Amino acid sequence: MSAHPQDTERSMLLLAFHRFKKHKLALISIVVLISLAALSMSAPLIESLMGVDMERVDLYNRFASPSTEHWLGTDELGRDTFVRLLYGGRISLAVGLAAALAGSVFGTIIGLLAGYYGGRTDAFLMRVTDGVIALPFLPLLIVLAAVDLTKLGFSEEFVYGDDVNLYRIVVIVALVGWTTVARLVRATALSLRERDFILAARGLGASNLRIMTIHMLPNLVSPIIVASTLSMGHVILLESVLSFLGLGIQPPLPSWGNLLTNAQELIWTAPALAFYPGALIFASVMAFNFLGDGLQDALDPKALER
Amino acid sequence: MTHTVLEARNLKRHFISHHGLINRTTQCVQAVDDVSLELKAGETLALVGESGCGKSTLARCLTLLDKPTAGEILINGEKPKNDLKQYCRNVQMIFQDPYASLNPRLPVGVIIAEPLVIHKIGSKQERRNKVLELLDVVGLRRSDINRYPHQFSGGQRQRISIARALALNPAVIIADEPVSALDVSIQSQILNLFKELQEEFNLAYLFISHDMAVVHYFADRVAVMYLGSIVEEGVTEKTLINPLHPYTRALIDAAPLISKVKRKHGDALKGDPPSPLDPPSGCRFHPRCSYAIEACRSQRPKLEGSGGHKVACSLSDSLHLTPRRRLEGGWA
Amino acid sequence: MIRFLIARLSQAILVLFIMSYVIYGLMGLMPGDPIDLMISSTPDMTSEDAARLKALYGLDKPLTERYFNWLGAAFDGDLGYSRLRSMPVLDALLPALGNTAVLVGVSFFLTLLLAIPIGIYGALHPYSKTDYGINLFAFVGVSIPSFWQALLLIMVFAVLLGWLPAGGTDIGGEGGAWGGLIYLILPIANLTINGVGGHTRYMRASMIETMRQDFIRTARAKGIGRKRVVFKHALRNALMPVITIIALDFGNLFSGALITETIFAYPGMGKLIFEAVMGNDFNLALVALLFATFFTLLGNFLADVAYAELDPRIRLGGKSR
Repeated sequence: MSAHPQDTERSMLLLAFHRFKKHKLALISIVVLISLAALSMSAPLIESLMGVDMERVDLYNRFASPSTEHWLGTDELGRDTFVRLLYGGRISLAVGLAAALAGSVFGTIIGLLAGYYGGRTDAFLMRVTDGVIALPFLPLLIVLAAVDLTKLGFSEEFVYGDDVNLYRIVVIVALVGWTTVARLVRATALSLRERDFILAARGLGASNLRIMTIHMLPNLVSPIIVASTLSMGHVILLESVLSFLGLGIQPPLPSWGNLLTNAQELIWTAPALAFYPGALIFASVMAFNFLGDGLQDALDPKALER
Repeated sequence: MTHTVLEARNLKRHFISHHGLINRTTQCVQAVDDVSLELKAGETLALVGESGCGKSTLARCLTLLDKPTAGEILINGEKPKNDLKQYCRNVQMIFQDPYASLNPRLPVGVIIAEPLVIHKIGSKQERRNKVLELLDVVGLRRSDINRYPHQFSGGQRQRISIARALALNPAVIIADEPVSALDVSIQSQILNLFKELQEEFNLAYLFISHDMAVVHYFADRVAVMYLGSIVEEGVTEKTLINPLHPYTRALIDAAPLISKVKRKHGDALKGDPPSPLDPPSGCRFHPRCSYAIEACRSQRPKLEGSGGHKVACSLSDSLHLTPRRRLEGGWA
Repeated sequence: MIRFLIARLSQAILVLFIMSYVIYGLMGLMPGDPIDLMISSTPDMTSEDAARLKALYGLDKPLTERYFNWLGAAFDGDLGYSRLRSMPVLDALLPALGNTAVLVGVSFFLTLLLAIPIGIYGALHPYSKTDYGINLFAFVGVSIPSFWQALLLIMVFAVLLGWLPAGGTDIGGEGGAWGGLIYLILPIANLTINGVGGHTRYMRASMIETMRQDFIRTARAKGIGRKRVVFKHALRNALMPVITIIALDFGNLFSGALITETIFAYPGMGKLIFEAVMGNDFNLALVALLFATFFTLLGNFLADVAYAELDPRIRLGGKSR
C-alpha cells in the first residue's frame, strides 16, 4: 500500500504552481500567448483605431515599407500587413483552439473507454489509435481537404458558404490530432481504475457511465490539460500547412498559413512578407510546446505524490 | 433468536492465468477454496489470516463485486438475482485504505449522498437531511458536509466511509481491515464506533483482520483462513483460549503485545507462506506444522466439529494446543 | 517474439488494406469525375454516350465492387494510367520514389550523424551553457514550421546570398555532378534541421535517463574509466528507445518531405501526391497514396522489430501482449 501524503487540495495546486514557476520559459510562453491572443482578438478594434481597413485594396501602394500609416507596410495588393496579420492570428488561433478542443473531446472519450473497460475494448481501441498514428498524416490530410462535399450529399450553396470552410478545417485537423490525448487519458484511466474509490462506487451500485463521468473524469483533468496544450501546437502547425498549400483557409480570409502562400513568389520582391506570418506561427507553436512541457512537469502525478 | 442474514455455501473463486508463448501453460490459483460461513444479525464474524490467504477475494465475492466460480450466496435466505444494484442495498463494504477509498474530487456530502442518488431515494432536501444525520451518527461535524477528503485525517475518513456504507441501511457490512491503516490510538475509537453502530442498527459484520488483538476485542465469532480455506471457526473467546488448529495457535502467539510478560520463543511458524499457485498436497498447512504426520501430507481434512467450534485438522482429537500466553481483553 | 511480430505484421497488412479501401472511396469524393472530365474535353459527347461510357468503365457500379475490380487489376500488375502525365502510373511513380528516397535517405543519415553525438554531448554535460544552447536549438527545430523554415533558407541562401538555387532539379544534366547536387542542398538542409531537433532531444533524454541508472554507478564505482562507461555500457542502453523513435520517425519522413519537395519544386513522391490530388488524377493519386501509406507502415513495423529485438521481455517470450 503506497503511503498517501496528506496534502490539502489547496497545497496540491500550490505545489504544482510552484513547480510551474520554475519553468521560466513556460511563464514567458503564457505571456506571449496571452498577448498574441489579446492582440488577435482585438483586431477589429485596432483596425478602427488605426483608421485602416483590412480589405481595402490599394494598388498604388503595393509593397510599401513600414510607415506610420501602415505599421508593417502593405502587401501585394496594397492591404495593410499588420492588420492582416492580426486577423490572420484570429483565425489561426481560433481554428487551432477549436480543432484542439474537438480532438480533446474525442480523444478523451476514446481514452476513457479504453482505460475503464480494459480487455478487448482497450485492445481494439488502441489498435485503431495506433493505426491512425501510423498513417502518413499530411498526404491524407491533403486528400481529406480536397474532398468535394457535394458528392457526400451536401447542397452546393452549403458547400461554398464561407463558414463551412472553417468547419471543414477544424474537423479535418481534429481527425488527426486526437491521438495524443487518447493515449494519455487511457494511461491515467488504467491506473485510476484500480483505486479503491472506484471499487467503492461499484459497490454502491453505480453504473459504468456514472463511474466514468463522475468519478474518473474529474481525476483525469491533469492529463487532459497537458495533452490538449501539447496538441494545440501541433494543430496550429497542421492548419498552417494546409492553408499554405491552399487547402485550408481560403483567401481573402487571412490565416497565418495562407498569408505565406504567395510568399514564395514574393520572396524576391518583398521578403519581409514571408517572414512575419511564419514567425508568428513559430512563436505560438513554441509557446504552446513550452507551456505543455511546463504543465506536464508541474502536474506530474508521480511528482505530486512525493 | 438471531437469524442468518448472509450465508455463503461452498464458495470457490479461482483465477486462471496463461503463461508462455510457445508452450502455453495454464495456471490456476484457488483464491477461495470451498468456503462456507454464516453471518447472523447483530453479530460480528472476524476473518483472520495472513496476506494472500484470500480474505479480500472472499470479501469481494460476498459483495458481488467479484463473481465466484462456484458455490452460492444467500441473502436473507434467498439467492441474489445477480443484480449488484439490488444486492448492495443489503451488503456494503468498507475498505482498508482511508486515503484511496474516497474520491478526492468530491465533497464529503456528495460522497455520502451518492448511494441515495444512485438508488433514487428521497428528494434533494431529504437526502441532505439524511447525510447530516449520518454525519452525526459517525461522530463528524455537520459543517464537514462541504469539505473534501484530503482535509480529514485517516480516522475521520474511515468515518466518512462508514457513513457512506450506512446510507442504504444495509443489513451486512463487510469491513476489509478497516483499522489496519490507522494509528493505534485511533483504532480503538473507530472500533468503538463500529460497536455502537452495530447495537443501534442491528448490523451483521464480517470483520477482516490480521490482528488477533483487535479480533479478540471486537468479534463474537472468528474464522481462521489459510490459503483460501477456513481451517478453524468458533466463538472468539473459546477459540483464542483453546485453539484447535496449529495455525491458529501460531497466529495468537505471534500477535504483538506490549506487556511485561515475556514471550517464550518456541514453535514459531516454520517456513514461508506457500505460493497459492502451487499449494502443498493434503493439508495445506502441513509443511509448516510442527505436528504434521504422514497422513497430513496426503489427506485433506474437512472443517468439522461440535458445539459451534469447527476445525480442519486430522489430529484435532489428540492435539492439546494452549497458546503460550493469553490475550488480554483490550489493549495491553 | 515471432508471435509478436506476426501479430504486428498482420495488423499492418490489415491497416494497409483498409486504407486502400478508404482511399479508393475518398478518390471517388474528389471533385470531378473521369467521365465528366472527358465530357468537358469532348463537347459533342451526348449524355447517352456518357452513360454508356460510365457503364463501360464500370463507374456506375457500387463502390465495393469497383474497389475489388481495381484490386484485382492491381494484383495483376495493372495499376492504371495517369491522366496528368500521360503514362502508366508506375512509370510516373518510380522515378519520383527514387528522388524522394535520395532526399530522405541523405537527410536522415545526416540527421542521425548530427543528432546522436550532439545529444550524447548534451547529456554528458547537463545544464551547462552548451547544453542549454543545444536544448534551445533542438526545441526550435521541433517547433519551427518546416515550410517557413524552407522559405527562410531560400531567403537567406538564394535571395540574399545568391549561393544556391531556390528550387527545381537539374534533370537535363547540364551542370555536371556538382550541378545536380546543388539543387539538393537546401531541401536536404531543410529536412535535416527539423529532424536533428527532435532526435537530439530524444537522444539526450534517453542518455540522461540511462546514466542515472544504478548499473552505471556500479560500473563507475568499480573504477571503470568514464569514457569506457559511456561508450560501452551506457550507450547501448540509451540507444534502445532512440532506435525505436528513429524507426517510427522513418514513417513520418514522407509527410515532411512533401512540404519540402513542394516548396523546392523537387520532383519527388510528395510533390507528386500533391499534384495528383490537386489535378484530379485519380489513378496516380490513389497508387501514390498507397505507396506513402505502405512506407509509413513499413517504418512502423521496423520500429516494432527493433523494439522486439531490444526489449528482452518480448524477445524471450512471455505473455503475448
